[in-house]
Amino acid sequence: MVSVKKQLREGIIDQNPIFVQFLGICSSLAVTTSVINALGMGVAFTAVLIFSNLFISMFRRFIPSQVRIAAFIVIISGFVTAVELVIKAYFPAINDSLGLFIPLIVVNCIILARAESFASKNCMFSSVVDGVAMGLGYTMALVCIAVVRELLGTGMLFAGSDGTGGIRILGDWYSPASIFIMAPGAFLTLGFLVALFKYFRTRHKKGRKIPAVAGASVEKEDEAND
Amino acid sequence: MTNILLIMFAAILTENFIFSKFYGICPFVGVSDKPSTALGMGMAVCFVMTVSNAVTYLIYTYLLLPFDLIYLRTIAFILVIASLVQFIEMFLRRYIPQLYSALGIYLPLITTNCAVLGAALLSVEEGYNFIEGTIFGFAAALGFTLAIVIFAGVRERMKYADPPKCFRGLGILLIAACLVAMAFSGFSGISFE
Repeated sequence: MVSVKKQLREGIIDQNPIFVQFLGICSSLAVTTSVINALGMGVAFTAVLIFSNLFISMFRRFIPSQVRIAAFIVIISGFVTAVELVIKAYFPAINDSLGLFIPLIVVNCIILARAESFASKNCMFSSVVDGVAMGLGYTMALVCIAVVRELLGTGMLFAGSDGTGGIRILGDWYSPASIFIMAPGAFLTLGFLVALFKYFRTRHKKGRKIPAVAGASVEKEDEAND
Repeated sequence: MTNILLIMFAAILTENFIFSKFYGICPFVGVSDKPSTALGMGMAVCFVMTVSNAVTYLIYTYLLLPFDLIYLRTIAFILVIASLVQFIEMFLRRYIPQLYSALGIYLPLITTNCAVLGAALLSVEEGYNFIEGTIFGFAAALGFTLAIVIFAGVRERMKYADPPKCFRGLGILLIAACLVAMAFSGFSGISFE
């Protein structure tokens, strides 16, 4: 069980797909305009990653190495299509707000990287654990980015995809900086969070989870400078 | 004709793939360290994207639609793109080895460049016809090239900067990208009504 714990730690902190490996940044910038979107994307992504890792690991002895990338992509896109159909059928609101980024999970570098570097070399059980760990790390990173962006961009959290039903966190005194919802704010937020994550990781080598609130306060200082 | 010009203009400037749609950020960060490499990558993407948009349109209209197989579009499109990239890789290795070694690992990774699949899916969703779709693919790739070449220029200057330790690497790059994105968002005020 020690190795499961180690794998989880690797996926969430030491090898966090976004903050440390810098993979799959496209979707992490595009869907993080609200926390609900980020959670939806994280869950969809984790489901695809777990199943693709499981099946690639299952078939790893039968896939010839010359065509392995093509084989991986076919397996991955099969599961992405399945997840896309499920989301379309049961969560149409999330489907509308995530848009093309659900089919684009196919070309998310993290999934192919895990298939190539982990699932094609390890047994089924540890591949599934790896999928869970990396999926959690990805979801956590997405939620961190989305908390900062939604809070500073609208002053609310957990708003639905139509912009209603959010909980107002910052009072009326706060005038929303809508730049955080727009494209430049995404780059800015991720830039600061990456730096913050690196700072905490190098400061305590034992590295605990970074508090998202700290990220928010750094962002606020920056906004004051703007 | 105006329609096509509008599509091109939107794809290159106002709805730039990198700075407003976030497609293709991985190669954007990966190969933008020198303008020459960025230009090579951009040319490869231009070629792949134009051809893949044309081919995926034909497959979608004459194969997937008549047989009611739309749910297979993600799989079909990614296979077309993967084989095209393979073809270009073989071509470059044989005829332009300098460019091949300059693009290095990022050439096979065009397959996982979401800009290419994104352009194919978008032009189907928008209902473009064959010509519009092909032009859209080409223009979006031009916008991508413009963005990575501009950013490579910014990045060359940043080599001599001295940011705080924790910002070194991706952190400061993303903040620079934020500034370039702000410049690009200035284009979004343009309209042709």
